[in-house]
Parts: sequence; structure tokens; C-alpha cells
Amino acid sequence: MSMLHIVNKSPFERVAFESCLAHAKAGDSILMIEDAVVGAVDGSIFSGKVKAAMSDKTVYVLGADLAARGLEGKAIDGIVSVDYAGFVDLTANNDTTQSWL
Amino acid sequence: MSTKNFLFVNRKTPYGTVYALEALEVVLISAAFEQNVSLAFIDDGVYQITKGQNSKETGMKNFSPTFRALGDYDITKLYVSTESLAERGLTVDDLMELTYEDADDDYAEKPSIILVNREEMAAMMAEQEVILSF
Repeated sequence: MSMLHIVNKSPFERVAFESCLAHAKAGDSILMIEDAVVGAVDGSIFSGKVKAAMSDKTVYVLGADLAARGLEGKAIDGIVSVDYAGFVDLTANNDTTQSWL
Repeated sequence: MSTKNFLFVNRKTPYGTVYALEALEVVLISAAFEQNVSLAFIDDGVYQITKGQNSKETGMKNFSPTFRALGDYDITKLYVSTESLAERGLTVDDLMELTYEDADDDYAEKPSIILVNREEMAAMMAEQEVILSF
């Protein structure tokens, strides 16, 4: 049973992202959208936690939200950028979806 | 009208909430009243002035070019927290080049962004008469 975790809050402002990482299980997928995309940037004080999660989970970022904030090209290596169609595919291809609001 | 020191404190990302856009609107209105206006960018507020913002795919308006107009309204002091940049894996090179023309110096183009540490930011805040936080 794989789960898609969708997170939309900046990890620098709320603990939702951190809580998501703490509850996601091996084999799950994590998708950063909206303000959560700032957590994808390499070299931040949060990036270590994302990299640790990437050891046994797949991490995705919505490319449009990254580009809107001028952060394109700054994501941690290995984070998969998806467009809106890819977002739909992720929800369809996972058994369940959990939104961390 | 007497002139006061106004500070607008920006702490939010640009597109996730409406705070950033609303703050910018109030800043532009305040410019019409010839007050001594400064802006501070701390915490997630630093993302408001990153360069290369492209919000087209999200369907939202990219209002970041408006920051370039602030110099024309004599808003020339944009204080940016060095700690907030570093915590987010960013440097000043990731920010837009925001400048103004100094009328007292033969209209020389000068940078509006002033990098300050927390201690300097706190000292600057202590000099204000009106602080509006977004």
C-alpha cells in the first residue's frame, strides 16, 4: 500500500512538512506544492531532512510552483519535478493520498 | 504633513498567501504621502525578491517586477536579513538587482538592497515610528 503525501506549507513557517516527513513510510511518495516547494532548495537548513527522506521515499516537486518563486534549478538532486498532469498521475497511481495542510 | 519613519516588515512567501501582494500595494500607497519608507525582508519574506520568478504556469500574476519601481517612488531602503537568506540556501545573487537613482549624487544608480544581520535589523527597527507587518 503506497501513499502520496501532499505538503503545501513552508517548512520555515509551519511544522506540517516536518510532521509529514516523520509519518511517511518507506516506499511512499511526497509531493511538494505551493509554499512547500521552498523546502526543495538545496543547501537550506531543512534540506538534510529532505535528503534523509529520499533514502527510502520518492520526493516530487510541482515545477510550476518552484518556477513562480524563482527557485528553478535550485532543487536537491534527485527530487523529481512534475507538471500538473504529473500531479494527477501521482494521485491516480497511489492507493491513498494524504494532504498535510 | 509631518514626516515619519515607516517600516514595512515582509515575512511571507510571495504566492502562497495574499500578504506579500497586499503589502506591496500599501507600500505604493504610502509612497504618495511622502513619508520616509523602508522595507524589511526577513524569514520567508526573502522569497518575494528572488530573481527569475515565473508564475505563468500557476495562473497567478507575477508581481515581482513591481519591486523594481520602488526606487522611482523614493523607496530606496530594502533591508534583507542575511540569516534568513542563509537558512534557505540562498545568497544575494539569487535576488533581483534592485536599484534607485540618487538625485543628490548626479542620479547615480545605487543598490536599494541592504544586507543586514539580525542585530543590525533590530537596531533599524528600533528607529522606526510606524511599523506595519505582513
